[in-house]
Amino acid sequence: METNKTKEALFSKKNRKLLSDPMNINNPITVQVLGICSALAITVKLKPAVVMSLSVIVVMALANVITSLMRNMIPNRIRIIVQLVVVATLVILVDQVLKAFVYDVSKQLSVFVGLIITNCIIMGRIEAFSLGNTPWKSFLDGIGNGASYGLILIVVSFFRELFGNGTLYDYPVMEKLGLYELGYHNNGMMLLPPMALIVVAVIIWWQRSKTPSLIEKD
Amino acid sequence: MKFIQNIFDASRPAVTSGKLKPLYPLHNALETMMFVPDHNAKSGAHVRDAIDLKRTMITVIFALIPALIFGIYNSGYQHYKALGLLNNDIGWLQFFTLENFLFGALKIIPMIIVTYIAGLGVEIYFAYRNKHAVNEGFLVSGLLIPMTMPIDMPLWMIAISTIFAVLIGKEVFGGTGMNILNPALTARAFAFFAYPSFMSGDKVWINTTLGPGEALVDGYSGATALGQYATTGSTTFSAWDAFLGIIPGSIGETSTILILLGGIYLIATGIGSWKIMFSSLLGAITISLIFNAVAPSMISPEQQGFLSIPFYFHLVFGSWAFSTVFMATDPVSAAHTERGKWIYGFFIGFLGIMIRVFNPAYPEGMMLAILFMNVMAPLIDHYVVEGNIKRRLKRLKLSVK
Repeated sequence: METNKTKEALFSKKNRKLLSDPMNINNPITVQVLGICSALAITVKLKPAVVMSLSVIVVMALANVITSLMRNMIPNRIRIIVQLVVVATLVILVDQVLKAFVYDVSKQLSVFVGLIITNCIIMGRIEAFSLGNTPWKSFLDGIGNGASYGLILIVVSFFRELFGNGTLYDYPVMEKLGLYELGYHNNGMMLLPPMALIVVAVIIWWQRSKTPSLIEKD
Repeated sequence: MKFIQNIFDASRPAVTSGKLKPLYPLHNALETMMFVPDHNAKSGAHVRDAIDLKRTMITVIFALIPALIFGIYNSGYQHYKALGLLNNDIGWLQFFTLENFLFGALKIIPMIIVTYIAGLGVEIYFAYRNKHAVNEGFLVSGLLIPMTMPIDMPLWMIAISTIFAVLIGKEVFGGTGMNILNPALTARAFAFFAYPSFMSGDKVWINTTLGPGEALVDGYSGATALGQYATTGSTTFSAWDAFLGIIPGSIGETSTILILLGGIYLIATGIGSWKIMFSSLLGAITISLIFNAVAPSMISPEQQGFLSIPFYFHLVFGSWAFSTVFMATDPVSAAHTERGKWIYGFFIGFLGIMIRVFNPAYPEGMMLAILFMNVMAPLIDHYVVEGNIKRRLKRLKLSVK
């Protein structure tokens, strides 16, 4: 079928777009509005958010590659089950690794690592992309989407930890700046889930005002 | 007034075409606030009503002023009372003293100024950005926000809450007239959840800063009436004191009689909806009577005490009156249909008193009840309108037959 197509370079323009598009005009959280639940739940502090992002990147990239390798063998009617098995296996692996090496963070993330299985971004990308594309492209797509999910997570948790807790990656920034002596107080609202939603909304607002192509014509 | 007019005239070229163009919305707002503008509608439908947004807002401010001035006196009175420095035995002479007024004014006027600067700053920025004149909506919110705060609220917290409310509560939805939530209550809710230790508890309602050689009186407690009810099931304040307003509480909420006066003024001028106020009263009375009926079945004496208080206690303590008259009737975030207003108001009273009694973490439930009903208002309106359509269709069918 694709006999006379010349071999594509590893990082051709098209492939680079697979990495860069999710960062901006096709961001899984701010544009596709997927994976919101975990963005609300684990962004109270930076550390769990970073660990969560890395986990999602790993699971996503590998799941994309594996389903892409199997894409011609999976019967169409049971494809969701096969995808779930692949993702669940990877998530259990990641969970075990976290428990073994960063136990305290793993406890903070609690059920949310397990819930990566049901993270809509992963299922969405497998369905929409890796079932119809080559493993290398699927890998890039997985990295791109996972990383842009992580980017939003980290930005949100940066603000929530800084203003809600006065720390950054558990380093007491506000205390070192001496703000408490001036009468500064942490903002308890930042630690509550609604504020995560509002921070995500502000990011969406900012992004849309920067990229007019995202604004719907009504 | 001529010299003010001259200032505006002299500065007009600079803001319409000169270097200070970003300040045009500010110039325009101040000028139309001071003088009746000389321009009028050029085409289309002419509204033949002299009452525009600016007059509406000023009317609400007039209605607020008695409660505000009382709040200023009361802050000083509560402070000197806690310190045992009241020396006149006659109640009224103790209360309306210059000392009390100055103490309260020095605390409250900076709060008002900070709120206006923060809120109008955001408004003016958006007016400039979106190229429209500054709307008057903030005039009332800017006075309501400090009136819902405890006396010792740090100014920067008020500023942040105000900015949050104007930005997230109002401007993201499209500015004045488009907001889903009442901006003043959004600011209060933000402050309440962000800085709970400054917005609730026993310590915040009375200023107890001690000067040299001063001490608190024996047996002093700064708890509000509702705080006392939530912990012990009874209160040391009398309903009459609460009706007059000489109890601790947020700045503007204490004096039920002056709020009532403001409410009557709002109803008489047609600005505030009497339906909302009256149905909120019905809701509050209904839930209180239900509570009275179930109180004997409660085991814990505290709950029994709080549940069995007569309904008029609920109306004079806490912010039921203030919220009902000034917050619930906000024409933007309330229900718009006439039948909807009854439902909306009823549930504000009903839920407000219910939260107050059942949840010890929120001794005052009116804020949450109104925000909740603000969100529900479009739904209520939707079903009222649908109901109207259905009824008319039915009538049409009947008449065709």
